[in-house]
Amino acid sequence: MKINSPLEVYQYLPQTNCKECGEPTCMAFASHLIDRSIKLEDCKPILEDAYKEKYQELNELMAPEIAEVTIGVGEHVVTVGGDDVMYRHQLTFFNPPAFALDVWDTMSQSDLIERVTYIRDFKKFYVGRFLTLDMIAIRSVSGDPDTFKQAVTLVMEHTQLPLVLCSLDPAVLQAGLEVAAEKKPLLYAATKDNWQGVYDLAIEYNVPVVLFAPDDLDTLKSLAVTFLENGYKDLILDPGTNPQGRSLRDSFENFLMIRRAGIKEGQNDVAFPLMAVPMTAYMTNDDPVSASYWETVLCGVFTVRYGDIMILHSIEPYALLPEMHIRDTVYTDPRTPVKVDSRVYKVGSPDKDSPVFVTTNFALTFYTVESDLASNEINCHLLAVDTDGLGVEAAVAGGQLNGKNIADDFKKGNFDFSNKTNHNTVIIPGLAARLQGDLEDNSGLNVMVGPPDSGRIPGWMEKNWPVEG
Amino acid sequence: MTKKITLSKLNDLLKDMEVEALEGVTIEGDIELEMDAIGGLNPQLAYLLGQETAQIAGHLINISQLLGYPVDQLLGKPLIDDSKRVAQPKELIPSTFKVNKMEEWTNEIQEVTLGASSSDGGTRKSIITLGGENALPYYFDSPMPHRNHITMDVFDMPIGMAKAVKSNYEDVMDSPAEWAKKNVKEFGADMVTIHLISTDPNIKDTSAKEAAETVADVLQAVDVPIVIGGSGNPEKDPEVLEKAAEIAQGERVLLASASLNLDYERIAAAAKQYGHVVLSWTQLEINAQKELNRKLMKQCNVNREDIIMDPTTAALGYGLDYAYTNMERIRLAGLIGDDELNFPMSSGTTNAWGARESWMINSPLKEDSDWGPREYRGPIWEIITGLTLALAGNDLFMMMHPASVAVLKEITKSLHGSHARNPVDISNWITTKVL
Repeated sequence: MKINSPLEVYQYLPQTNCKECGEPTCMAFASHLIDRSIKLEDCKPILEDAYKEKYQELNELMAPEIAEVTIGVGEHVVTVGGDDVMYRHQLTFFNPPAFALDVWDTMSQSDLIERVTYIRDFKKFYVGRFLTLDMIAIRSVSGDPDTFKQAVTLVMEHTQLPLVLCSLDPAVLQAGLEVAAEKKPLLYAATKDNWQGVYDLAIEYNVPVVLFAPDDLDTLKSLAVTFLENGYKDLILDPGTNPQGRSLRDSFENFLMIRRAGIKEGQNDVAFPLMAVPMTAYMTNDDPVSASYWETVLCGVFTVRYGDIMILHSIEPYALLPEMHIRDTVYTDPRTPVKVDSRVYKVGSPDKDSPVFVTTNFALTFYTVESDLASNEINCHLLAVDTDGLGVEAAVAGGQLNGKNIADDFKKGNFDFSNKTNHNTVIIPGLAARLQGDLEDNSGLNVMVGPPDSGRIPGWMEKNWPVEG
Repeated sequence: MTKKITLSKLNDLLKDMEVEALEGVTIEGDIELEMDAIGGLNPQLAYLLGQETAQIAGHLINISQLLGYPVDQLLGKPLIDDSKRVAQPKELIPSTFKVNKMEEWTNEIQEVTLGASSSDGGTRKSIITLGGENALPYYFDSPMPHRNHITMDVFDMPIGMAKAVKSNYEDVMDSPAEWAKKNVKEFGADMVTIHLISTDPNIKDTSAKEAAETVADVLQAVDVPIVIGGSGNPEKDPEVLEKAAEIAQGERVLLASASLNLDYERIAAAAKQYGHVVLSWTQLEINAQKELNRKLMKQCNVNREDIIMDPTTAALGYGLDYAYTNMERIRLAGLIGDDELNFPMSSGTTNAWGARESWMINSPLKEDSDWGPREYRGPIWEIITGLTLALAGNDLFMMMHPASVAVLKEITKSLHGSHARNPVDISNWITTKVL
């Protein structure tokens, strides 16, 4: 954004401190606008006619350095781009890269339906939510418009996920648009050879478009400038993803150069989201495991360095899991506290016979343990000890998790074992085994040592619960 | 070209054009709309209404949709052909792309050499140099003089490890020397790390002297540079590493590690006395790293060329975001001039195997999609953990699984530009036939 202090932002706000946005003052609202933790539209007064000009000016000043492009409609809409910084610690990255998994128009109907359904439903639980996949990329392998249209139709019958229509032939793309235009798919791609036809389609159907100029940044920029000069700005840039060797390094450099030009040097002509195509790994690896591994590696490289949307082929869990996790790693907001409230949580509906577990208030640790318990239908109480957001192993080593503070946190949470349980027993994590005696001394409770990984609690329960005597 | 028009006038206009279907839409107030020449123009409707009103039409269709009017039904099947399109651009506008190099990166990362050959008082056949960069890894701003290197783990006793890892070492687990050999000869390790974990009083309490003999065996078995790791017990490690440093005199090993929670002065003194390099290990805290490096240099008089940092590695999904950003911040600080942070970095990438995704057979959560075969999941977990840190600036990787080592080596060499492979024509990747 072109503005960087709350005071500058404040000049444009109504300055009435009306509190409608939920903030106590307009200045507080301004500081949230600067760190992008609130939207300008949350200020209702500024949307009124009286402030129209200020709203528009401020909106322009606050636009992110890298344009945001929206694909799809409705609840599955995907937004890509929107970054303001080169490194995540400088603010945070916005809009995690959209993962588009491919299908192709020469697949059999049943194969295509099975693949689309799998992609649509794939999910992995992580820190209180599910990681999922975002889009379907439909590749025209046949080159035939009708065949492509049928594939697009079939995909749309089985998923609401946004689409990428992939062909270098405008006639094929148009066939896809005839059935998919209202879902606002992404067109892939306009090149130096076909750009006029693709430009016509983008204008006619008002859909975003990828500009593709492999290994040629001058041409890529020419395409962008031409589209922009002719009034079209829903653009995504693909400088090419070479899968191997020295040319892979060239592709990597291209991503760095374009992003630096956009963010650091304010070159608006190239300040667009970038597309990477890790599935080019399949052009050089015949063995399916090697190809999938290499695709995951490319996905990792371009997730860390500036890819905003990717086309991927492998649907093996050993590809999807690390890909979704590296994306979360890079795009998780470093400013968000990673602690949960320190208190005694109920999992399911515990009674006096139910076990009582202890973990730490590090969000990742807590949600992992909590979901392991809930998923296995173990009714229990779970104390999140205040370790200042450290995991069990680190907190034991650093002294933030000890017998005294476990006992204290039960007291603070008004959890009286003689009242709430009839076993007077607490179960500590296996990684905190050495605290057993310390906790017994501090609490007077019967202390049991659970497994080192909460995923093994169900097996541990079978052997050790209910507690004897 | 911009025209301004009010919505109510638009409605009148629409009536004039006998597009009856929009009649009855009531619009309250006079909302002023900005209309630019191109955006949103729909040639289809332009055709229906005639070229002159094309600009208005483009917006009308959007407005109508906003108001919930089924414009698409009104339009029906596309009626245009190419000859009816409004004027379109004919030529690409020529452009040249340029971007500047980073002027701020003025400070070089310290070069550090591991291993000493006979001419330098050691017996190593290969010598490894890390550091020397003037940019983030693989950036075009400045060449990266040395590629990343990988040191593979050896333990001085059989230990519990993930099944996928263990299957590679079952035949050598009882002999650190054979294990080290296998790492170098079969798995292409650049270096080996001997972890003296049995010295922990809570494990076997092996004596420092006995542990030093294991180090001698490993030095005898391989001719690559080595890393010597203690057990992590802060009371015992100084003594263990002193004896190990003594027996490895002149070999320029990496002593792992000096940290703020043990007597780092003894580790530093041993490294100085016997000609080794110190691994400066802190836990995900850039300021602690700065403090320890400063103490090693100012208080213990360790030379700059004898320090490598380990700012701690957390596994993918288990804090890698902290480890990544910590390393990236350290490297950036070094490049712009912080002389207490511009050292090569090392990562305990093996920590990736602590992530349950790397070793569990199935997800413990019923709601998760199937996790697939773990023998493929584990190595890629280690690869992606390492790769992410490579991109942040890490130079040396301590690793475990042979497949992970091979793939991480290939990708880091590729990005480094030292891995020649034939280029592939990607211009029509769309039609790639894959199973």
